[in-house]
Amino acid sequence: MVRTNWKVFEEDYWAISTTLQELLRNSNSTSVILLDKTGQMIASVGEEPRFDMHSFASLCAADFEANAQLAKLIGEKDFSTLYHQGSNESMYLARVANDIILVVLFDKKTTLGLVRLRTKKAVDSLGAVIKRLYNKLEYENEEYSEFDEEFTAEAELEIDSLFSD
Amino acid sequence: MSLINYSSREINVKIVYYGPGLCGKTTNIQYIYDKVSPDTKGKLITLATEMDRTLFFDFLPLELGTVKGFKTRFHLYTVPGQVYYDASRKLILRGVDGVVFVADSQNSRYDANIESLYNLHENLAEYEMKLEELPYAIQYNKRDLPDALEMPALEEELNPKHYPAFEAVAVNGTGVFDTLKSVAKGVLRNLS
Repeated sequence: MVRTNWKVFEEDYWAISTTLQELLRNSNSTSVILLDKTGQMIASVGEEPRFDMHSFASLCAADFEANAQLAKLIGEKDFSTLYHQGSNESMYLARVANDIILVVLFDKKTTLGLVRLRTKKAVDSLGAVIKRLYNKLEYENEEYSEFDEEFTAEAELEIDSLFSD
Repeated sequence: MSLINYSSREINVKIVYYGPGLCGKTTNIQYIYDKVSPDTKGKLITLATEMDRTLFFDFLPLELGTVKGFKTRFHLYTVPGQVYYDASRKLILRGVDGVVFVADSQNSRYDANIESLYNLHENLAEYEMKLEELPYAIQYNKRDLPDALEMPALEEELNPKHYPAFEAVAVNGTGVFDTLKSVAKGVLRNLS
């Protein structure tokens, strides 16, 4: 079961970003993206992509989930990694904890072997950060709550102005 | 599942359009895509078959703007309506924050609406969620067609608990934004 609601706090975000930066540098890849299984992007590092990152994250999550269903059909729990090979650009996806997916985009400047090796190490580091974050969410207190009536009123005004014919 | 990122000060929420095949879910999303200003929308992704039927989902990211310092983004999804794509529907409901049920008002689609609504309840239950606990609205689409059923008959069968309901003709935009606004506001109210 996926977490129904979750938050990324400042210190966890920086811990995640640092790990992604290390992976980017050590694997010589072009971009590294972390997202959750519902298709929401958590963090990304590397080259500014030429595509819409949020659409990309949603498709990656769908890809991973569809493959998990295929895995079940053949008697596997899931596929913990996926690899998509293109003629110039390729993708490597890996599961981090239960709800999180790490995506590495790379080109011919590196090799699948190196990407796979470095990703495995990053998955371990990220797993620890995510576990810490989940623990924090279990004991979350009021100080993080910034969403009061004022927020709701302001949001409703924005909704009215954005969604109009 | 809403994701709040305190570092990049972003909020992402997920709204899913559910309903039977050919009820107009994609038409809703397409209308929204066409009408909102280009700087607030991302790319509209449609995974459709050659016959223009949704195969996996449609996806549209929309940026609401900055509210109290948080960049707020809606992710709109549609599910494939046909009965045999249930596995896809289940996956898309994962982590949903709000639901729009698009009903087809035509007499000939009466049973299909009931079946799809039942399926929505079933699939939410798999994630231990209940429709009553989510921001939810029902949209009666295709009100302009000659064999559209009267509203009381539809309400009695599909909306006995009187959730917010909207009459719509999605192809010309009637009722599309009213429906979305109702659920979007409910989702953001849930954050506070």
